[in-house]
Amino acid sequence: MPVIYYLGLSAAMFVIGILGVLLRRNALVMFMSLELMFNAANLVFVTFASYYGAIEGQITVFFVMTVAAAEVAVGLALIVAIFRTKGSIDVDQISELKG
Amino acid sequence: MSETNLVPWVVFLPLIGLVLNLLVGKRLGQKGAGIAASLAAGLSFVVSILLALGLARDPKVLVTPPLAEWITVGSFQANWAFQVDTLSVTMMLVVSGVGTLIHIYAIGYMYRDVRFNDDPGRYRRFFVYFNLFIVAMMVLVSASNYLMLFVGWEGVGLCSYLLIGFWFERNAPGFPDAENLGNARAAKKAFVVNRIGDFGLLIALFLVFWYFGSLNFGEVFAKVSTVAPGVILAITLFMLLGVTGKSAQLPLYIWLPDAMAGPTPVSALIHAATMVTAGVYLVARSSPLYLAAPVAQAVVTWVGALTALFAATIAVGQFDIKKVLAYSTISQLGYMVAAVGMGAFAAGMFHLVTHAFFKALLFLAAGSVILGLEHAHQVGHDPAIHDAEGEDVPQPVFDPQDMRNMGGLQERMPLTFWVYLIGALTLAGVAPLAGFFSKDEILAAASKTSIWVFLILAVAAFLTAFYISRQIFMVFFGKPRSTVAAQAQESTAIITIPLVILAVLSGVGGAINLPGITTLEGWLEHSLEKNLAVPFTWPVALLSLVLVLVAIIMAWWFYGLRRAHANDPDPLVRYMNGLFSALQHKWWVDELYHTIFVAPYQNLSEFLASRFDLGIIDGIVNGLGDMVRSQASQLRKVQTGYARLYALSILLGVVLILAYLAYLAR
Repeated sequence: MPVIYYLGLSAAMFVIGILGVLLRRNALVMFMSLELMFNAANLVFVTFASYYGAIEGQITVFFVMTVAAAEVAVGLALIVAIFRTKGSIDVDQISELKG
Repeated sequence: MSETNLVPWVVFLPLIGLVLNLLVGKRLGQKGAGIAASLAAGLSFVVSILLALGLARDPKVLVTPPLAEWITVGSFQANWAFQVDTLSVTMMLVVSGVGTLIHIYAIGYMYRDVRFNDDPGRYRRFFVYFNLFIVAMMVLVSASNYLMLFVGWEGVGLCSYLLIGFWFERNAPGFPDAENLGNARAAKKAFVVNRIGDFGLLIALFLVFWYFGSLNFGEVFAKVSTVAPGVILAITLFMLLGVTGKSAQLPLYIWLPDAMAGPTPVSALIHAATMVTAGVYLVARSSPLYLAAPVAQAVVTWVGALTALFAATIAVGQFDIKKVLAYSTISQLGYMVAAVGMGAFAAGMFHLVTHAFFKALLFLAAGSVILGLEHAHQVGHDPAIHDAEGEDVPQPVFDPQDMRNMGGLQERMPLTFWVYLIGALTLAGVAPLAGFFSKDEILAAASKTSIWVFLILAVAAFLTAFYISRQIFMVFFGKPRSTVAAQAQESTAIITIPLVILAVLSGVGGAINLPGITTLEGWLEHSLEKNLAVPFTWPVALLSLVLVLVAIIMAWWFYGLRRAHANDPDPLVRYMNGLFSALQHKWWVDELYHTIFVAPYQNLSEFLASRFDLGIIDGIVNGLGDMVRSQASQLRKVQTGYARLYALSILLGVVLILAYLAYLAR
């Protein structure tokens, strides 16, 4: 299959991720959208790794997944903490740093 | 010479006394503090004598190996090294010798002074300052380079400031005595006026450094012939500015009369005998420079001569016992400056030494008079005594220094009277007291140099005899003009003994340089190679004696014959009309300086402070602050607190950057 299909899928996933982050107010959904964007990036990495026959792209994907796992742990902990204090996970409710 | 090793001790001994008083002075007690300080000064005098004895055996100029290195830059070196020669040792002897006597006097004087002023705690502080002064003065006179001399020069200025303002809270603005400036302000005035002089001295030192490449006396004087005459003229004239500041010459003399706000021992030690003669010493020390600039010599001579006359006229119109002596000091300093200006360095130094004796004597005796009156004034205010005598309070504010309140003290304070009389006759220049010989030498030198300078100095000599006789008649003769004066008491032995010693020195001090024998001249010639020595001339001596006698008789006729009351106008007013008022108001020089310099300067400062600083400088700074704040309040709206908006802006930023990169890679 031509590379363009993979890239198209990746772009679509990335845009969905962006829209999810920008349009949804639920922190959990925004979080899942972020994961979508990570995976879109991962897809591009493996695509080009396979296309050029280079191993580096695939290795990078593992790093990205590791970092994403760590980020998920921190992010979920934050969301739990926010929920405990605010009683909600609506990100628009958290605007105390307004100038 | 083995004694040379001792020379640092003339500085260190008073320093030890100072530190001792500073650290354990409280435990020493009052007498102990005074004795420790006097002992320190006295031991310094002993060292000076040893140095003098050593020099008498082997009189040559010696620079000690540096005690410590100070500044070494390239080939330039300025070290803490002492110069031992006949000139510096003469100054050391005067400073420590007269200084020791005044220290002893101060033990008694300050004991009572701190009680009159209700603050015995300051007794120790006084002696700390006094010893510090001796330290600074010794550094000044024993320096082997101009930089070290400058350290001492500033040090004595600092001590002068501290001691003028010793009772700094007294006579503050609003005090009913309008004639006085207020002690704190008098101290400030002395300091500021001296700054002007020091500016001149500093410029002179910079010039010396620039053109000679050295500040060490020996190296500078050796190179005099290699430097352009114009440069030497500039150096010497700037140096003269420093001299006019420190030695109270025209036009910077105005600080000295106000400096009389300090306690009397201070006036005697610093503002009569030693510090103010530093300028004379500086010119004598720099004699090779001055001899290479005849114009500067003439200027120095004229400044000195005019000061001698000018200050003598003012002294005639003063009523404050210490102010008269202050103007007298300025006038006598004028003689010395004129003498060193003419190149008669030995004559100037001779007068410096005798003046230290008799002017210290006069000031200390005046202090004794003031103490006697203050004491009687306190007793007089005791209500029990007051009612018994049934008299009115003479004045709400009694000024124990006003000669109009005195009179008839001859009987109340006989010892003070006799020593005062000796001091006064010495100052007037009556033969064979010391002042006659020293002043006569200057007059003789003037008669050989310039007839005009001679005439000016002769008139000043006449006025000198007149004002000092006027003082004697007003203070000691006639009947007491106030109840306080009638109750005055003789001072205690610790005060009168130094007076007697100084009186003896004033009497026989002329012996150090008698005409024909000229011991001092021969002594000083080892360090002042080219000295204008004028032999004793009978016409000059007789003329000055006649002038003095006429002046004394005139003073007796004006002030001795009449039985004046305290509130009567001065007898001279009838004969001199407005002129006396001019004398009394010091020719309005203070007012003139105030109008020309002080007031415009204050206006300028006021303008710079309230208009320029508060308006423009603060305006710029505050404007910038306000601008940033208003911009920030606009910019702050960007921070909405909505996380999604931030995410959107990050996205847009990334898109923009990528678009730019794509454009570049096109």
